Amino acid sequence: MSTSLSGPGSAQQTPGRGPVRSGSPRKSRTARNHAPITLTGLVVKVVLLGLVAGIAIWAAFPLIEAKLWVGLAVLLATTAGLFYLYLTPRHIPGKYLIPGTLFLVAFQVFPVLYTASTAFTNFGDGHRGSKDDAIVAIQSGSVKQVPGSTQFPLTVATKGDPATGPLVFLITDPKTNTVSVGDTEGLTQLDAGDITVAPGGKVTAADGYTILNFGQASARSKDITDLVVPTSGGALRSSGLSRAYEGKAVRAYDAGCDCITDSESGRTWTADESVGAFVAADGDRLAQGWRVNVGLQNFSRVLTDPAISGPFFGTLMWNFAFAIGSTGFTFLLGMGIALALHSPRMRGTNFYRVLLILPYAMPSFAMLLVWRDMFNTDFGLINNLFGLGVDWFGETWSARIAVLLVQLWLGYPYMFLVATGALQAIPKELTEATSVDGASPFQSFRAVTLPLLLVAISPLLIASFAYNFNNFNAIYLTTEGGPFPADNPTAGATDLLITYTYRLAFGAQGAEYGLAAAVSIFIFTIVATVSAISFSRTRKQEEVYS
Amino acid sequence: MRIRTAGVVAVLGLALAASGCGDNSKDEPAAKESPKAAGGKLVIWADDKRAEALKPFGDKFGQENGVTVEVQAVSKDLQTNFVTASQQGSGPDVVVGAHDWIGNLVQNGAIDPVQLAAEQKSGFNETALKAVTFNGQLYGVPYAMENVALIRNTELAPEAPKTIEDLVAAGKKLKAEKKASEILCLQSGQNGDAYHIYPLYTSAGGYLFGTTANGDYDPKDLGVGKPESIEAFKKIAKLGEKGDGALKRSITGENSIATFTGKKCAYLVSGPWAIADAKKAGIKYDISPVPGFAGGKEAQPFVGVQSFYVASKGKNKALAQEFVANYVTTPELAVALYNAEPRPPALTAALDQVKGSDPDLAKFQEAGKNGQVLPAIPAMAAIWDPFGKAEAAIIGGADPAKTITSAGNTIAGQIK
Repeated sequence: MSTSLSGPGSAQQTPGRGPVRSGSPRKSRTARNHAPITLTGLVVKVVLLGLVAGIAIWAAFPLIEAKLWVGLAVLLATTAGLFYLYLTPRHIPGKYLIPGTLFLVAFQVFPVLYTASTAFTNFGDGHRGSKDDAIVAIQSGSVKQVPGSTQFPLTVATKGDPATGPLVFLITDPKTNTVSVGDTEGLTQLDAGDITVAPGGKVTAADGYTILNFGQASARSKDITDLVVPTSGGALRSSGLSRAYEGKAVRAYDAGCDCITDSESGRTWTADESVGAFVAADGDRLAQGWRVNVGLQNFSRVLTDPAISGPFFGTLMWNFAFAIGSTGFTFLLGMGIALALHSPRMRGTNFYRVLLILPYAMPSFAMLLVWRDMFNTDFGLINNLFGLGVDWFGETWSARIAVLLVQLWLGYPYMFLVATGALQAIPKELTEATSVDGASPFQSFRAVTLPLLLVAISPLLIASFAYNFNNFNAIYLTTEGGPFPADNPTAGATDLLITYTYRLAFGAQGAEYGLAAAVSIFIFTIVATVSAISFSRTRKQEEVYS
Repeated sequence: MRIRTAGVVAVLGLALAASGCGDNSKDEPAAKESPKAAGGKLVIWADDKRAEALKPFGDKFGQENGVTVEVQAVSKDLQTNFVTASQQGSGPDVVVGAHDWIGNLVQNGAIDPVQLAAEQKSGFNETALKAVTFNGQLYGVPYAMENVALIRNTELAPEAPKTIEDLVAAGKKLKAEKKASEILCLQSGQNGDAYHIYPLYTSAGGYLFGTTANGDYDPKDLGVGKPESIEAFKKIAKLGEKGDGALKRSITGENSIATFTGKKCAYLVSGPWAIADAKKAGIKYDISPVPGFAGGKEAQPFVGVQSFYVASKGKNKALAQEFVANYVTTPELAVALYNAEPRPPALTAALDQVKGSDPDLAKFQEAGKNGQVLPAIPAMAAIWDPFGKAEAAIIGGADPAKTITSAGNTIAGQIK
């Protein structure tokens, strides 16, 4: 089947190529005439390529601004490549393959590579930015108002143009109402005759200075926050646009020793590049750290930290049981119903099919929350309906059964759908032949229907397994991983690896993206291995039955 | 023909691209020239409800000062979104959020200290100011406070219980008379709820963190796992499912208020946010402090404070400081935010204004008077989950000593 399709395509392409190479445009045009240029086609092409160019230009500006030349080169090469590809009559297969490949790179390959590269860093809360960011944050966070000093009414002014001229602070002393002008050199008192002061201390006019209104001043926000007027006790800084205070940066960075010194307590914290933080001699760390490469530390932590690796095996076992159970039970139920409705003696099959699809049509997100409330011990529908007092989510096995029941309800319509489709594709002659040979219905199902069904459905079962292996919502929105043993609040009875690591990476002191990335690489490896083995076994099965 | 096609495509494509690019380059100078935007722009992020209340005030501030104020509603994960966006340089200038974010925001270098004058500070409730002080610096301007209290159905329980034992006795009586099916609606769920159990924990003698000399919480002195905390949970266990049955894991955050408004329990431990539902259901209610154990310590609820922060990496920091330090400190804004969502204002003048028309407010404030400020140190993030789970396990009948000791170990392991 597939050979007959590709045959004519490649045959068509070869003559198209030949004449172009031989330098005879006329012939090539006749070859192209198989697909005449229509107006719609042309318009679509123009619009799409225009969009590509538009996106490229839109993306180029931030790249230039950030001086990311490698990124810009990639962008240029990609855009040029796209234009070449769609303006040349050659490379027909490429025209079909490239869009998909580009999206694959952008939405699959790039995130995977990014996750993998994050796994080797300490990226997380407290270690998000660069070292410079951390230094700025430490210094600006340590500016304290000089004890006993007052706050002054502030007016921002300039001698030059309001938009570009160098700024000065006009500071009014609230006690004496004298006004001083402050710049980076210091404070100079102004003559009282040259200025007008409004009640409250704001300067409304000053000879030789242009007063900036709020609008003008806020446009120069950075200049204002950066302007520091030195005084004897510290320095005058702006607090907004209408007040100044005398403040002092208690902590300062010294490039010589690569350390932060606190002028109040005299302590120093030296930069430690291996952990990405300033660390004092006694081990005390400043909260503001930066992102560094930590090598294999995240991976070795997963393997060696008893809090992580201890419950790992038990969680992994339940994770397999959950994924196999979710897939297996939904398949059995879905296939059973599909077989029942497939029987020619069944009446009203369409009505039943619509009813059976309903759970599949509802958003699983909402259904999971509804099921969680239905399993409530005292107020839940299930206990009330059956007159039970089962503490569903409070006991290990009842919680496991409960989540599998929820999964069964959510998942069987899908299996029912695909099984129905696959059953209809199995030729009736085969089952009829078995009955002629004297096989019972069960024997014919066992020997003919089921194997043929499995050939069609096996890849879907593997996909369902891989999906359920990482089915975060199914657990997190129902039991949240619980119940938890009294002596270990980190690993619950229904925890999957993904919910378990979510708690590890985001539950503790802020988010640890580096650790989370390392764990997800482990999970990826497990799922990939299982899927690869299953697929190779399916292929063997297909060879037997087809 | 082919060459012409290619040419047409190329020219049109370039024209389209040029128009796209032209739009960009035209926009910027235009923005600079228009008088409205001349003063730059102030971007404020808040959750849905507060963003709506802030909008008119933002517009007013913008008009008075010749600047544009944009209030953007971020309905989910405001804190995480703010940290991520400000790291990338696309964050707002001002953000509105709970005070216990401060520790995390500071360690990520996302917010700057705010400098308030002494006379401005004196206008605020002291607890609220203490809540937004971190490492000796004021990091935000508070506008509202909240804490839990005991809300009771006065038709079922006319008297406010003095101790938790009184409450349990009264609740059991109601249950025996079939007037209520639960003794107390205090949400726990299968994984516990540290926030709501905290008054009982403190009354029984437990604590979370010790304090340093300057009054800050000290992450090195962890109270969970200490003998006091074990004793406290022994008392709480007596109220649990194997004891009086006043605390139950089946009462969750989703059903506790509904159970109360459905008249199935006479007592509810909750905050100002539960009042709207109670009013809608037509329940006759009264509010009193959460009672403690007989002969125990005071029952201290957590006090949370909502606050305005100045973003470190905002594009218009001077204007943001002006807005937060000089505009948010006015009572009018605090009253408007109160009207959007009734929580006691942190500004004393604003509280006085609204107190007269809303008696509940004063009662909630009374209930939170002896409260403890919710710790804002990053270490607090390590408490919630293990503490809550230990609570749930003990309510379900687990051994308090073993459970709390291991919760303490887990928390200590997570604190850096």
